[in-house]
Amino acid sequence: MVQTKEKTNMTHAIDMSAANQAPQNRNLDDEKIALTVRDLSLYYSEKQALKSINLVIPEKRVTAFIGPSGCGKSTLLRCFNRMNDLVDTARVEGQLLLGDKNIYDKDVDVASLRRRIGMVFQKPNPFPKSIYENVAYGLRLAGINKKRTLDETVEWALKGAALWDEVKDRLHDNALGMSGGQQQRLVIARSIAVKPEVLLLDEPASALDPISTLKIEELINELKHDYTIVIVTHNMQQAARVSDYTAFMYLGDLVEYGATDKIFTVPEKKQTEDYITGRYG
Amino acid sequence: MASPTNRYDTHISAQYNAELEDVRQRVLAMGGMVEHQVTRAMQALLDIDSDTAREVIENDHRVNGMEVSIDEECSRILARRQPAASDLRLIVAVIKTITDLERIGDEAERIARMALDLAELDAPRGPHFEIETLGRQVQTMLHDVLDAFARMDPEAALQAAQHDIRIDREYEAIMRQCITFMMEDPRSISRVFDIVWSLRSLERIGDHARNIAEYVIYFVHGKDVRHISLEQVAEQINGETPAAD
Repeated sequence: MVQTKEKTNMTHAIDMSAANQAPQNRNLDDEKIALTVRDLSLYYSEKQALKSINLVIPEKRVTAFIGPSGCGKSTLLRCFNRMNDLVDTARVEGQLLLGDKNIYDKDVDVASLRRRIGMVFQKPNPFPKSIYENVAYGLRLAGINKKRTLDETVEWALKGAALWDEVKDRLHDNALGMSGGQQQRLVIARSIAVKPEVLLLDEPASALDPISTLKIEELINELKHDYTIVIVTHNMQQAARVSDYTAFMYLGDLVEYGATDKIFTVPEKKQTEDYITGRYG
Repeated sequence: MASPTNRYDTHISAQYNAELEDVRQRVLAMGGMVEHQVTRAMQALLDIDSDTAREVIENDHRVNGMEVSIDEECSRILARRQPAASDLRLIVAVIKTITDLERIGDEAERIARMALDLAELDAPRGPHFEIETLGRQVQTMLHDVLDAFARMDPEAALQAAQHDIRIDREYEAIMRQCITFMMEDPRSISRVFDIVWSLRSLERIGDHARNIAEYVIYFVHGKDVRHISLEQVAEQINGETPAAD
């Protein structure tokens, strides 16, 4: 009897040591890389908004960018699908590789790039169309008009965005009649309908109530099985909850980048520590 | 790594500063009280002083009360502030430290009870072996550990923790003496047993103090140094010196 007890204790001890190397200790070196940012600088006229950023975005993981307002996190996010092209004064230097291809090469078709790298903004921006047509929009744009394919994809995307059960009986109602949280999930459904590889989320929950926020976070957790997700958020707890990796930016510099668990428990840099604990910079 | 020591005046939220500083101060107060309990318990044991022993036993509930109230304060901070990084590590270290402090308090109470037992014997006074030396060593270690906690000094914590090795060695030597004594004079067994329990309590206090030293190292370096040898702890500490900025 005593022997058995000792044995159990032994097994327990072994389990404990295994737990010490638990999966939460993620390491970028072990990840497949979806996007590589290499010496990326961005200028708005003369003002440098990003200062030679180097980082990699791991595939099928959630990477969060945090930092105070004006640190460049949204600017960096927008570089990933060349949204900054729309800003006349913006000039980009360096490389941003999707796989092996620099998305800033001259031969890159921006429209097809944005199909591969979708984006969702802070304020839900559904089109003033039906719920169905909102989701089908990108497909129609891509020349898909077959009703059966559209039906299937719309259902699949709405299910993927955890919205199907709430809207399946009113697919042809106007999307603007939905709640803010539903609209945001609709926009995510619209983004995933064209089956992108990467999903960029710019403050996706900051205009939503706490319950809708939790639903979006839950959705992000689901989506990362199929997509690479990059999220910009002002809400540090949100970054801590949803992301696998966190990058802290300050005044256009990447200050610290690593596994979220490490950033939020033992950050390397004083600036990171000060920011996430709410101290003066 | 960012150096986290004594920075409880730098939060943007003054209220948060006050809460963290308050919880830290209360741990120090609890540490002081526990240290006093151990000192008084040792006095009671060495002088076979039943009044002092009773006082120690009665005061234990105050130590317990402090543990409960600091625990509540920590839960409140966790719920309301969601602390991160060094603030989070402080709260975790505090929650664990007060558990060990409370247990040290229990051991002091146990020693006081042994003193009471001894006082009731016909011939209470006899060889105390080296229990006085061991008691002093344990008190010094506890004091140093609490000092390291107050200053959040991992080097001092490591030095204090190293004391535990000597205490364990001393404990084993005295235990052998006790066994010899009981074999030579079986009539002394009941009295020596009280001494043995007290020795055991002192040794346990050393273990708890070492735990607290480990929490100090965890707080400052963010490294869990439990269940590894002190040499490995020293390596871990020196392996990574805190970056200035």
